This record gives sequence, structure tokens and C-alpha cells, in this order.
Amino acid sequence: MHLHKYEKIWLVFGIASLIVFLSVVGVSAFSQDHTPAGGMETIDPKKVNETAPFDNPGVTQLDDDTYQVAIVALAFGYTAPELKVPVGKEIVFKVTSTDVVHSFTIDNTKVNMMVVPGRITTKSYTFEKPGTYLILCNEYCGTGHHMMYTEIEVYEE
Amino acid sequence: MIAVQDRKLALWNIGVAYAAFLIGTLCGLLQVFIRNDALQLPAWLDYYQILTAHGVLLALIFTTFFIFGFFITGMSKSLGSFGPKVRLFSWVGFWVTLLGTVMATAMIVAGEASVLYTFYAPLKASGFYYVGLALVIIGTWISSFALVGHYRVWRKNNKGQLSPLFAFMTITTIIMWIIACLGVVATVVFQYIPWAFGWTDTIDVELSRTLFWFFGHPLVYFWLLPAYMAWYVIVPKILGVKVFSDSLARLSFVLFILFSIPVGFHHQLTEPGISNFWKFLQVVLTFMVIVPSLMTAFSMFATFEIAGRKNGGKGLFGWFTKLPWKDIRFTSIFIAMAFFIPGGAGGIINASFQLNEVVHNTLWIVGHFHITVGTPVAMTFMGLTFWLIPYLTGRKFTKAMKMLGLVQIITWSIGMLLMSTSQHILGLLGAPRRTAYSGYNNHPSAMEWFDGILTNHVTMAVGGSILFVSAMILIYIVVMTMFLSPKAIEEKDLVDFPMAESDMSRTPKWLENWWIWIGLAVLLIAVAYAIPLSHMIQHAPPGSEGFKTW
Repeated sequence: MHLHKYEKIWLVFGIASLIVFLSVVGVSAFSQDHTPAGGMETIDPKKVNETAPFDNPGVTQLDDDTYQVAIVALAFGYTAPELKVPVGKEIVFKVTSTDVVHSFTIDNTKVNMMVVPGRITTKSYTFEKPGTYLILCNEYCGTGHHMMYTEIEVYEE
Repeated sequence: MIAVQDRKLALWNIGVAYAAFLIGTLCGLLQVFIRNDALQLPAWLDYYQILTAHGVLLALIFTTFFIFGFFITGMSKSLGSFGPKVRLFSWVGFWVTLLGTVMATAMIVAGEASVLYTFYAPLKASGFYYVGLALVIIGTWISSFALVGHYRVWRKNNKGQLSPLFAFMTITTIIMWIIACLGVVATVVFQYIPWAFGWTDTIDVELSRTLFWFFGHPLVYFWLLPAYMAWYVIVPKILGVKVFSDSLARLSFVLFILFSIPVGFHHQLTEPGISNFWKFLQVVLTFMVIVPSLMTAFSMFATFEIAGRKNGGKGLFGWFTKLPWKDIRFTSIFIAMAFFIPGGAGGIINASFQLNEVVHNTLWIVGHFHITVGTPVAMTFMGLTFWLIPYLTGRKFTKAMKMLGLVQIITWSIGMLLMSTSQHILGLLGAPRRTAYSGYNNHPSAMEWFDGILTNHVTMAVGGSILFVSAMILIYIVVMTMFLSPKAIEEKDLVDFPMAESDMSRTPKWLENWWIWIGLAVLLIAVAYAIPLSHMIQHAPPGSEGFKTW
């Protein structure tokens, strides 16, 4: 098959760029642990409220530098009493749903988690700046979808 | 001129496409006004109902019917008139698709299916909505098999020959489409329908999402490939040159059979149930599908340069000014291509694994598909419409229509530029997609979404309004060329189907050995999906009951 000389240059350049992009993404993901929200844990969507950690939703300190935040998403809100976490510490968010698919998205951060009934989504994040962050649902979940939000306060220790 | 019965078939498909386009764009107009709090709907109508109709009617119905109208015309032109069986099955396919469309639309109007066109479980619509969507797919399969039958007859009568480029590309698109649909058919038939009618109690949500996205990404290539067909086969003829390279055109198309399907996880990067390894593997495969698009871009600009130089263009870029800018058939498609440059680049960002977290489900995504399917694909279809309908009806494409066509293309471009730019930026600021108006209790960072110069919902509404005006001009052109424009009696008034010559003398025969490509596609799908999918099924949590949260 005949390839024009310029086309060869163009394709080599294009494919090389794609390899560079993929390498950046891959190295950052697997050597520095910058992976998107996910997790393989499952849960009975009808027994969320009696299953740990969702039987006691909210903030729990795991050790000196790690906090866990357990959240249940449901139409149209989050069972999240008083969300307050310190700046500069690793926060592990664990979220599930008792009804339909939602998201748990913290504005101005990289926390953007799909919440799927039957599954537990996990994301670890460290806040760099204190403040009151807006949490909202960005996956359509019904008539009140745009009313589904809450806040998280990030304080300085 | 193709056979009159084939023309009728194509015209009915195009007619239904534009009926869907009319309703769909009207829904879009309402949406942009609701989102900036300038309009409140009456109690019997819900934002999400309109949003569902907008998505279904434009993304699924307008595209599908138009594509079949285009395929039917081109297949009849390049391979000869349809035989009675092909014609019969094409009509059956058309009516089944239409029946499905009417059923699904009726359920949306009745408020029984405000689940959007992605219909994620466990939102539970009326069972008839899912039956309607299933019929749409089955209808397209019947129409597809009719075209494959027509192609087989041609092959039998032309043993050992490569088929014309248009036919080759049609068959490629159809093969890709049929494999892709297996995912959505599996979930709708085995999961949604039994569950929606109450024959099963629960549904495995993550599995249904995964099967949906097995279909959902190749769906966008089902829209894009017919546009690429126009770029490869129609544009060179309008410019008065041959196809740049027949073998490269065919190679880029078969690469789409291989790489457009095993990539669905890049729509599921931020969700649980799929391990990072498999997500990343499909990200790599997603990047492979960029290669045939790079090849296409090269071929297009090579075609432009050859044509421009033939018309006397000199120097490094002089050829650019010698292109037929006043020919609306060309200008429309050129602008469509130009929109695909940022559109494609945005797609690379979306698919970039962890980078997806920044944009997933924000307005950025809405901006993205309005400058991919909403302009490169839709505007290519508009550019085809200008000559396709007069070609089929035997009417004139008058000077007035040409002027209106130009106005239509320019308004669509301006409207889309305004709307999609503000959507992209708003998305980066965090504004969510698929929401009615909300200030989130006046949270300061949500207020940012309403007060920038480009970054506010008013810019989006201005863009949306211009787009609607443009859509109505197009509807006028469609109605005129279909029913009212004067008949072309003299030779010079006849509108032609511009199909470029393609030199096949150096094209290798193995490119048309479909079993190679189908085999490789199945292999790649198995590599990308077999293990994560079987893990998902074996380690499934208890299923979900249905919810009607609207």
C-alpha cells in the first residue's frame, strides 16, 4: 500500500504524540497512584443502613494522617451529618446509593465519583486549601436532581 | 438518477429524520432558557422530560433515519437499483424503526420515561419505552441486512472486483453497527424489559451500564462514519478531483471496525466495579481509534491542496483561497470539519483516564458532543441535505435556497461557537450537566457559573437561540426542496449526486475480506471485555429494584 511521504511524517508525529500522552497518563496513574474513583467492593443496596461503614455515616479518623468519610447518596440528598475534615490530611471517601445512580462531586476538586447501587465507590483526596466546598450530584437521578447538594467544611488544624 | 422506488424510500427516511430534528431542536431551545432561569415550564411538563426528548430525537432518531436515507441513495447510485427483496426489507426496517420511535416518544410525552437517552437503571421507565428503543435497533438491523443483501448481489455479479468506495464504507459502518448493538440489545432484552414488566424483581446496575457503553461509544462512530463518507467520497467530486487515496480511505474505515468497540470503559472511568487495569487498557485502545481520524484529516487537506492548486493556487497556502467557498455544499462540510479539530482534541482529554475526573458529567461534556455530533456530523448532514433532497425529488436547488443555506450554515456555526464555548468553560468551573436551573443555595462557587462574560448561562441561551433560528431555516429549506421548489426540467437545473472517482488499481484485495476484520474485532473485544465482564457477573451484588424518581 502506497503512503505519501508527508503522510508518513504526519502519522509518525501523530502516533508519537499519542504515545507521549498515554505515557504521561499511565506513569502518573500507576507509579504515583493518580487513579480515578473506583473500587471493587460490593454491598446489598437494601441493607446499606445496617452495613459498615454506612451504618454510621460521616467522618471517622482512621489514624493520625487519614480520615474516612462514609456517605450514603439517595434521591435527592446525602446522609452526611456535619462534614468537617482537616486540610492537608488524606481523606478517603466511601460512597454508595440506596436507590438510583448518583454522583458525589466536590466542586473545585478532583473528587468526582459515580455512585452505583450495589457498589462502593472509593476515592482518596487531600484538600490543600481550607473553605466550604460545594458537593453536588452530576448524574441525573430524577425530578429533584438539581436540588441534590450539600457542603463540606475543610478546616485548618 | 436512481430508480424512483429507491428515491421514495430514501425520502421517507430523510423526512422522518427532519421531523425528529424539528421537535428535538425545539426542546433544546426550551432547555437553554430554563437553565438561566428565564423560563418556567407549566406543571404538566418537566425539564427532564424535554431533555430526554432532545437526546432521543436528535442523537438517536434524526441521525439514524438520515444515515439510512443517505445509505439507500448512495447504494442505489453506486451498485444499481434495489431488487424487490432488498426494497421490501428496507421498507420493513423503516416501519419497524418508525414504530419504535413513536412508541418511545409517546412514553416520553406521557411522562413515563423521563430517564434520558442513556436510560440508566435503576431508574425505571415504562416497559414500552424499552420495547420502543429495542424496535428502533431491530429496525436498523433489518434495513442494514437489506443493504448487505444488495451488496452481496453486486459482489456475486462482479466476482473478484473491489466494490465502489461508497458501498465499501457503507458495509463497514453496518458491520461496526451490528456488532456494537449486541451490547445494548443484550441489556434491553435480557435485563430491562423483563424487569420493567415485572417478570424479574431486580437488575444488575453496573452490568447494564457496561453493556450500554459497549454500544454507547461505537454509537458515536455510527454517526461519524457516514460524515466521513461524505468527506472522502462527496467532497473531492465537489472540488473536481479524485479521492486522494482509495486504499488509505478503506484502511481507515476498517480500523474503525477494530477500534471503535473495545473502548466503552472510557465512559465509566470514575465508577466502581471495573479495576484500574481494565479501565486503562481501554483508554489505550481508545487512543488507537484516533489513528484513522488522523489519516482522514491528512486525506482531507491533501484533497483541498490538490484541488486548490488545480484551480491556480500558488505558494505554500495560496491554494486555500482557491477553494469553492461560494459553493454551499463545500463550505458547510469544510466548517463541519473545522469544528472537529477542537472536538477531537476534547475527546482525547475526556478519554485520558484520571484527567476525566475534571470533566466527567460537567457541562464540558455537553459542549464536547455539540462540537462533535452536533456540528461536524450534523452540519455534514446539512451540507448533504442541500443537494440530496433536490436530487431525490428532481426539484431545483434555487438561488434563493443557496443563499438561505449559507445563512443557515453561518448561523449554526455562530450559535454553536457561543454555546459550546460557554459550555466548555462552565464545565471546567464545575457546572454539572443534565440539570435544570439551580443556584445550589447561592453557594459562591455555583454563582460563578452565572456571572462571567463567556461563562454564564445567558451566553449559552443566546447561542441556543441562534441555533434554533438556524434549525428553522433548515426546516424551511427541507420543506421547499421536498415539496414546493420548481421541478428541474432543463438539464442544467438537475441536481447531481456528487460521487468522486476513486482509483482502485493499487488497492489490495484483502481490505475487502470482511472476515479478517470481523475476526480481529471479536478478538479485541474479547481481550478488552471478557475478563472484567465475567468478573462483574460472578461477583455481582444483590440487584436493584426499580425507582420512578420523576
